[in-house]
Amino acid sequence: MSTLLLIEQILNGLQFGVMLFLMSAGLTLIFGVMGLINLAHGSLYMVGAFAAAAVAGATGSFLLALITALAAAATAGALVEIVVIRRLYRATHLDQVLATFALILIFSEGTRWVFGSFPLFLDIPDALSGPVSLPGGIKYPLYRLALIGIGILVALGLWWLTARTRLGIQIRAGENDREMIAALGVDISRLYTIVFALGAALAGLAGALVGAIQSVQIGMGEPVLILAFVVIVIGGIGSIKGAFVGALLVGLTDTLGGIFLPELFKLFMETDAATQTGSALASMAVYILMSLVLIWRPTGLFGARA
Amino acid sequence: MKQLMLAAAVGALSAASVMADTKIGMITTLSGGGAGLGIDVRDGFMLAIEQSGRSDIEVVIEDDQRKPDIAVQLADKMIQSEKVDVMTGIIWSNLAMAVVPAAVNQNVFYLSPNAGPSALAGKGCHPNYFNVAWQNDNLHEGAGAFANTAGYGNSFILAPNYPAGKDALTGYKRMFEGDIAGEIFTQLGQTDYAAEIAQIRASGADSVFFFLPGGMGISFLKQYADSGVDLPVVGPAFSFDQGILQAVGDAALGVVNTSQWNKDIDNPTNAAFVESFGAKYGRLPSLYASQGFDTANLLLSALDKAAPSDADAFRDALRAAEFDSTRGDFAFGPNQHPIQTIYAREVVREGDVLTNKIIGVALENHSDVYAADCKM
Amino acid sequence: MIAERYINAVVLLGLLVVPSYALMVDEPFTITLATRAVVLALAAVGLNIALGTGGLVSLGHAVFFGLGGYAMGILAFHAQTYAPLSLGIFEIGGTKSMPIIWLVAIVVSALAALAIGLLSLRTSGVYFIMITLAFGQMFYYFAISWSAYGGEDGLSIYLRNDFPGLNTLQPMPFFGLCLALLCLALILHWRLLLSPFGLALNAARQAPQRVETVGLNPMRLRLVAFVISGAVTGLAGALFADLNRFVSPTMFSWQLSGELIVLIIIGGVGRLFGPVLGAILFVVLEHWLGAVTDFWHVWLGVILLLIVLFARGGLLGLLTGKEGPHV
Repeated sequence: MSTLLLIEQILNGLQFGVMLFLMSAGLTLIFGVMGLINLAHGSLYMVGAFAAAAVAGATGSFLLALITALAAAATAGALVEIVVIRRLYRATHLDQVLATFALILIFSEGTRWVFGSFPLFLDIPDALSGPVSLPGGIKYPLYRLALIGIGILVALGLWWLTARTRLGIQIRAGENDREMIAALGVDISRLYTIVFALGAALAGLAGALVGAIQSVQIGMGEPVLILAFVVIVIGGIGSIKGAFVGALLVGLTDTLGGIFLPELFKLFMETDAATQTGSALASMAVYILMSLVLIWRPTGLFGARA
Repeated sequence: MKQLMLAAAVGALSAASVMADTKIGMITTLSGGGAGLGIDVRDGFMLAIEQSGRSDIEVVIEDDQRKPDIAVQLADKMIQSEKVDVMTGIIWSNLAMAVVPAAVNQNVFYLSPNAGPSALAGKGCHPNYFNVAWQNDNLHEGAGAFANTAGYGNSFILAPNYPAGKDALTGYKRMFEGDIAGEIFTQLGQTDYAAEIAQIRASGADSVFFFLPGGMGISFLKQYADSGVDLPVVGPAFSFDQGILQAVGDAALGVVNTSQWNKDIDNPTNAAFVESFGAKYGRLPSLYASQGFDTANLLLSALDKAAPSDADAFRDALRAAEFDSTRGDFAFGPNQHPIQTIYAREVVREGDVLTNKIIGVALENHSDVYAADCKM
Repeated sequence: MIAERYINAVVLLGLLVVPSYALMVDEPFTITLATRAVVLALAAVGLNIALGTGGLVSLGHAVFFGLGGYAMGILAFHAQTYAPLSLGIFEIGGTKSMPIIWLVAIVVSALAALAIGLLSLRTSGVYFIMITLAFGQMFYYFAISWSAYGGEDGLSIYLRNDFPGLNTLQPMPFFGLCLALLCLALILHWRLLLSPFGLALNAARQAPQRVETVGLNPMRLRLVAFVISGAVTGLAGALFADLNRFVSPTMFSWQLSGELIVLIIIGGVGRLFGPVLGAILFVVLEHWLGAVTDFWHVWLGVILLLIVLFARGGLLGLLTGKEGPHV
């Protein structure tokens, strides 16, 4: 395996990780501030992708599609928070798991009701299509580079939001002591709606961005959702920094595991058996990583509380 | 008892007119991720039943949600409670393996409109099981044969890590005479193929064969087109059917894929099918719709000759396969799987829809390798 | 409001009467549906021991359900093909005998529960939910790639396995077997609740520090509960596989783990008959809504949501007017 190929694969792992971060950031924020497990986060990812595909199909503008995806997911998130989630903050984790599991069913089949059973089309904008040459002669798709850029920008933006703004102070205060900030006169239910909508918007953005290189279809949210949970558990629930580190770890493990494990087994097994065993192990790799982290640190890398 | 025998005698005299009602059970996928395929099979099937104008056929349709345990439960319901004579509809091989062996052993006929697992084509073949679509390996073998005629000498091949994926690569390699530059099993349901595409780029191959059904294929093709790797791609029709082609978009243009059917196969049945399907449902038919349509017409042709209650006569009538297929000539091999021509098709744009055009024949009158193991 | 024991009696009676009636009017499919409900109930009773009594929200109980299923599938597959099962140094033949299969299913899932429990019980709360989910995913992906036993296609067993003295191919005797096992599991859970172990486990859920103060080890209590729970769910998996005459990796899927939790909640958490009532309701809904609309999942979702939001304590809570224990 050449160095160039290795660098390209690391870029792929980074890009995957950065997209996972967009999903996980919202999830971990919602858990950190409201203590809510939201299984329906994947549905908001799907809402973003479908909204983007519908608008791009009607207008042809990718930028407009992205804006719509953000708006649609944020609106759906706010709506869900006001109608359902709000009643769950005091409920047990068990009730939360069940109610948001119910929301997945409603979102998935509801989307199929509206858009039909066939996948929708969403393409990369012309300006970002095709490969570019990187130093050293690597040809790498421009769109994926853009994804890495957007992900890092969002990470910086979130850091700025939580560390430097009034809303961020409220969010951090809400994580530490809910009663206290309510007593200090912060409208806590408005804060919760905003945080939930923000998380939803990030998921919707990820859905739209990824939808352009993958397929926009019913159920696209669930595999990503599970990985996003793996990410926030590895990083420590509630920690944005943890989500960022966890997302990169998971992205790199998944991408590099898929390539190196079969190669590794080829050293002492027949080719056919090696590819199969290696692929099988690669598909389990991120879950093995997660259990190892949890056995080592039961509250994740940067987590404070269970 | 006497009356029954009398009825049977009369039935034998004028088979078509006095026949008892026939009940058909269709279990297919109508909700969740793979619903598009099931809907196409159902619509094609019902179109043919409707066109026959027969009122003595009752079709019971149920949704398996693509879950094997639900499919088994529905099959029990159809056999035990609805008492159907014939079953059909299943899309996925794993669901077929769960349902078909038990059903045919309970004296129900099963006509497969899509799945053709090798276990049911070889040692596990059964006199009551008929496959109207293809044996699973067929289209992959077609792809291998096409690669030979196209002059490819070194292919990179990939498929998901599950039995149908392994069969696909085996099928391709069975026909392909060139070298294999690399072989990858991807995760089932994988959506990002950047790592695989990088390996393809580095492998020095001159062509790519892939089998990635449904959303996996959409993702792969879009990412491949954007990667700047410009090796020719060939694959089975499953990633290029009418249902998902629009979602792949221009990335699919010019790609060669193999299929036993296309809407431009030149025969009157096919022309009428394409026209009436479009008129009724407002979309172009896919190969799944054509398979549903053919399955229903095969069934109708057999019902014209005998009732399913007369199992031997009905079986003979099915075996004869005297119906007008959308594929032109249609015949069953000794294992009751089709012997048919596999075409190479190319994705083209017609107006503002993407569709396929036949560019040649990949395999003529092709059967499958498992037929030799079938002892009936 | 109705006392819980009357409801329990009605549920049991219903499970006896409905299939018997179906047998009389020759509606075998109703018996099949009832068997499905009873087997799912058994799996959920298993989960209820960990979840309701022990407070361990496991989103990975499909692991044990699937292991039970594969124990049946692999043993019956080897019996069906007459190929001995090689276990490294020695070989054993497959078997079609239900009691042996059940025993294997129970032992295998108990061992798996011991291993998974030892690792996961170090965590708690959301982390526990997620690590059990992760173990579920590992088994799921492993089963998909394990081509020796069918991979994603699963394994078909052509004939149901045997039980001495009964014709299990008939729906009714098989239903009777499943019901008997469900009753045994319910008795086990009931005795457990009254035993010193059960009381300590309950206390460990509500006030772990106090339990520690009196010299008990909450971790060990939870581990034992988790193992018993896994074993019961594993037995249900073997029965489920026999009901369908088929096993596949979907028995390991996280959706199945979710559905088991759903069963418990709609019936009533931590109550003896909660899972039973929940499983019956789920099967009826699935069957009836599925017939009414293609989009039945939407309505299932709405019903679930209403139960969580407005009917705390599930159906049993609604009927008895008591919320039941908090988990």
